[in-house]
Amino acid sequence: MSADRIAVAKTYKMYIGGKFLRSESGRYFTLEDKKSNVIANICRGSRKDFRNSVVAARGAQLSWAGASAYLHGQILYRIAEILEGRREQFVAELVLQGVASRTAEKEVSQSIDRLIYYAGWSDKYQQVFSAVNPVSSAHFNFSVLEPTGVVAIISSDDSSLLGLVSNIAAAIVGGNTCIILASEAKPLCAVSFAEVLHASDVPDGVVNILTGFRSELTEFFASHMDVNAIIYCDGGKAAAKTVQALAANNIKRVIARNRVDWSGDAANPYLIRDTQEVKTTWHPIGA
Amino acid sequence: MTVTTAKKSRRLPDLSRTLVVDEVGVNERVARFQSRSIKKSSKVEALKLILSMIDLTTLEGQDTPGKVQQLCQKAIHLHNSMPGLPHVAAICVYPTMVGVAKEALVGHDINIASVATAFPSGMSALKVKLDDTRMAVKAGATEIDMVISRGNFLGGDYRYVFDEIVAVKEACGDAHLKVILETGELGTLDRVRKASMLAMSAGADFIKTSTGKIQPAATMQVTLTMLQAIRDHYHDTGRMVGMKPAGGISTSKLAIHYLVMLHETLGNAWMTPVWFRFGASSLANDVLMQLLKQSTGLYQSPDYFSKD
Amino acid sequence: MATSENKLAFDGGWGYDPAPESMDHIDIKSRYGLFINGDFVKPEKGKYCDTINPATEDKLSRVAEASAVDVDKAVKAARAAYRGPWGRMKLAERSKYIYRIARIIQERAREFSVIESLDGGKPIRESRDIDIPLSAAHFFYYAGWADKLEYAFPGRTAKSLGVAGQIIPWNFPLLMASWKIAPALACGNTVVLKPAETTPLTAMKLAEVIADAGLPPGVVNIVTGAGAAGAAIVNHPGVDKVAFTGSTNIGRMIQKSLAGTNKRYTLELGGKAANIIFADAAIDQAIEGIVNGIFFNQGHVCCAGSRLFVQESVADEVIAKLKDRMETLIVGDPLDKNTDVGAINSAMQLNKIQSYLKIGQAEGGDMHQSSCRVPKKGYWCRPTIFTGVSQSSRVVQEEIFGPILAIQTFRKYDEALTKANNTPYGLSGGIWTDKGSKIFNMTQKIRAGVVWANTFNKFDPTSPFGGYKESGVGREGGLHGLDAYVKLGAK
Repeated sequence: MSADRIAVAKTYKMYIGGKFLRSESGRYFTLEDKKSNVIANICRGSRKDFRNSVVAARGAQLSWAGASAYLHGQILYRIAEILEGRREQFVAELVLQGVASRTAEKEVSQSIDRLIYYAGWSDKYQQVFSAVNPVSSAHFNFSVLEPTGVVAIISSDDSSLLGLVSNIAAAIVGGNTCIILASEAKPLCAVSFAEVLHASDVPDGVVNILTGFRSELTEFFASHMDVNAIIYCDGGKAAAKTVQALAANNIKRVIARNRVDWSGDAANPYLIRDTQEVKTTWHPIGA
Repeated sequence: MTVTTAKKSRRLPDLSRTLVVDEVGVNERVARFQSRSIKKSSKVEALKLILSMIDLTTLEGQDTPGKVQQLCQKAIHLHNSMPGLPHVAAICVYPTMVGVAKEALVGHDINIASVATAFPSGMSALKVKLDDTRMAVKAGATEIDMVISRGNFLGGDYRYVFDEIVAVKEACGDAHLKVILETGELGTLDRVRKASMLAMSAGADFIKTSTGKIQPAATMQVTLTMLQAIRDHYHDTGRMVGMKPAGGISTSKLAIHYLVMLHETLGNAWMTPVWFRFGASSLANDVLMQLLKQSTGLYQSPDYFSKD
Repeated sequence: MATSENKLAFDGGWGYDPAPESMDHIDIKSRYGLFINGDFVKPEKGKYCDTINPATEDKLSRVAEASAVDVDKAVKAARAAYRGPWGRMKLAERSKYIYRIARIIQERAREFSVIESLDGGKPIRESRDIDIPLSAAHFFYYAGWADKLEYAFPGRTAKSLGVAGQIIPWNFPLLMASWKIAPALACGNTVVLKPAETTPLTAMKLAEVIADAGLPPGVVNIVTGAGAAGAAIVNHPGVDKVAFTGSTNIGRMIQKSLAGTNKRYTLELGGKAANIIFADAAIDQAIEGIVNGIFFNQGHVCCAGSRLFVQESVADEVIAKLKDRMETLIVGDPLDKNTDVGAINSAMQLNKIQSYLKIGQAEGGDMHQSSCRVPKKGYWCRPTIFTGVSQSSRVVQEEIFGPILAIQTFRKYDEALTKANNTPYGLSGGIWTDKGSKIFNMTQKIRAGVVWANTFNKFDPTSPFGGYKESGVGREGGLHGLDAYVKLGAK
């Protein structure tokens, strides 16, 4: 960067229904580095932003679930390709947010590989978790997994990119759509990741990314009656209890991922199964 | 291929025994038609045939004599710079516009088709629908496009639907009758097949997919199902019945797919405007553009084709 | 009921002009060496042979003939790669290499399709829409398993076997190569593969893809050659696992020659599938199913629906509609986009088919063929059906591997079932009925590895494929396709 050229600073927006939007409330918060320099103004998402995201996610869910497993895998693989092409940007953003450079490199590489990992499950988890059940009557009986629907995700603070990517991939590879609240301490990667999604043939509304304060938004993530499952990755006992109690309103599926080793064990298909229902069908066998 | 005189079989068929239709199988067969590549002189031949099969249509509440006159003018004279073009098969209008069309088309060999029977919903008393028909015929319509009573059909009252068609056919006199099934409201291909059989047994000269007023209008899937019903009717009775897909066919490419489907399902005898029509409004200009492209080698712009 | 007077006419009238696929963008070298240890190398004896286009009889290229010494070189290269870079590689990294192969096939799809049709005779529409997309999909599917084997075998550890020797046929050259290579690599093995003599070219292009994908040398070796080269692979002591797709006779010979060795093997052999149509079927779609079953790929399909059983009450209607449909099948230049039925793969295969046509007629069968014209040069057979044949006719019992359908009628379902199962083969079968309970009943009782209900000749990388009885042993595709390439041990 030469001394006589100033850089054009990036505006970080949220990603709702395939569009990059500011919060309808117009509010923001500043993200600062360790030296208290302002890195960026981050949108402070509101409950209405969340409400709009749910509408977008619900609108997209049926046709996303109806796409073939092969297509799901192709799209996740494409996301990995695009992320690989942008790795420098993501490393730089992690470093900007206070992550050591070598750690940042590792996190970006793992995130790309994590996408490939889950892409590979798209057409296999059904084979591993389904069953043909040998019932004692003259019926053909089979159980398959189906996506639960719209999944709300509250990210952890400790993982800006890898945790985000793992949560999103595991949810959408199974045919769900999601709304994810980015890490509060390190939100930049989430927004940039939205750009990657946008460039990767992911249909509008399948992934919606909000930034903002957990303390403000958790109750809405947990209580919305048109959300089928909530995944929360942070917070102590009190926060957990709040989420669980509010989720009960519509028997939301509650999934706690607050002690996950994103680097290691988060690569396993049970994260996919967490947001799947089981459907069992019977049909007579006869002439 | 000689056209056998229609044996008027007026018996309501046993509709509990109609063939089932497998939708996935139909989709696969349609995909095969869509993968045919029609080029060069076979493409030109197809485009000209398509033009000759078009029922140029205007069916809007806001239609006026002026609009209909312009449409008739287009029917007579499609384009300046291409000689030897066939004319369209017919004009299709509301009954109140038939007189205007008749006057505008004096001296030209273009059919005047009128919708009738409380088009598009068909939700009216039988007497009203028959009067509607007779009025259109009296005003000069040579073809009548009627709608079936979908509510009665879906409720299983096939006798009512059958009798209604028989009555309308009689009211048509010498005009030929197209029966619109409104396939978009029938829901399944099984029902499309059933309705086709019913209409043909009741004396339809043509069966037609749609009014064009709801979505979905014509699709290749329902059209294939209807063509197969026509084929079976022909084998059973020796009587040919015509086919008209209507609505949603606005590109030459799609129209050519339909022609391939017609050709490979019913063969040569049906490849004429006597037995096949496209109910369309904007298709003609796209066909003209493609014809001009074929003869000049240049991709065309809509600016050079009249919008009537 | 179809009456013979009210016939449809398909002859004359509107014809389709030639619509040739463009070929100016493809690259076929005049000569290919053996792909061993990451490079194309000269065959030890310096022998090459021609590969021709069966539609025109023109020469396309020359490919090397591998000798036993060449095969030995290939096996040693595979062993070194197995002990070395491939065996030691992190599983996720192996996965990414296999994904690369899939991606590059997608990028070069059109070129692959054109060459497949030129070399083998199948219509471009099939190679473009079926063979090549399925090949890429197969690599995509198995790439994903490479780091997930622990979930495929609960309670067991899955280890690779070593060097896989693989021999593939000429009917789906690239697809068969994918079916063999992808799971082998995903399970950590290395490969020596021999394509069929008459269709080596897409295998050579695949070798280029593998080189471009950067796979370590020796992981995949592709050696062209004839039966002797195949035998050399099967019998080589350095090969741990043999995979063969081809005729039952050769499969028998291979199984015999492996007796007393420790080699694992899978065999995917011939078939004589029964396609059963009930009166309550969706008849028009069943006709399409018959056509897809026996005329797809000129009937060069091990799982072809080559025996039709039609319930007697609808037999006349089905046969009349089938004959009409056959008239609309276009037989001709495989590179024409409108061609439905391409060229027979070789003169030898055409002779075999023609001898069966004579046998069928001599046995008293009524032969009916579509009336289309066929080109003068090249190897062609019109779509053919035989009626008036019975269970003991040779055309009903023996695999012809051509566009020839033998038709019998039946009255009740157990009669159809008995006759369907009354064969040493057991690869596939088809059932056409609208009644769900009948489907599940028949699928339970048909002794075949793949049963298609209300469809036929459907393939997917996630779906296991393979035969009962003399149609072979082992499955390819799906979760079950991994079995062939691992050894299971206690945890």
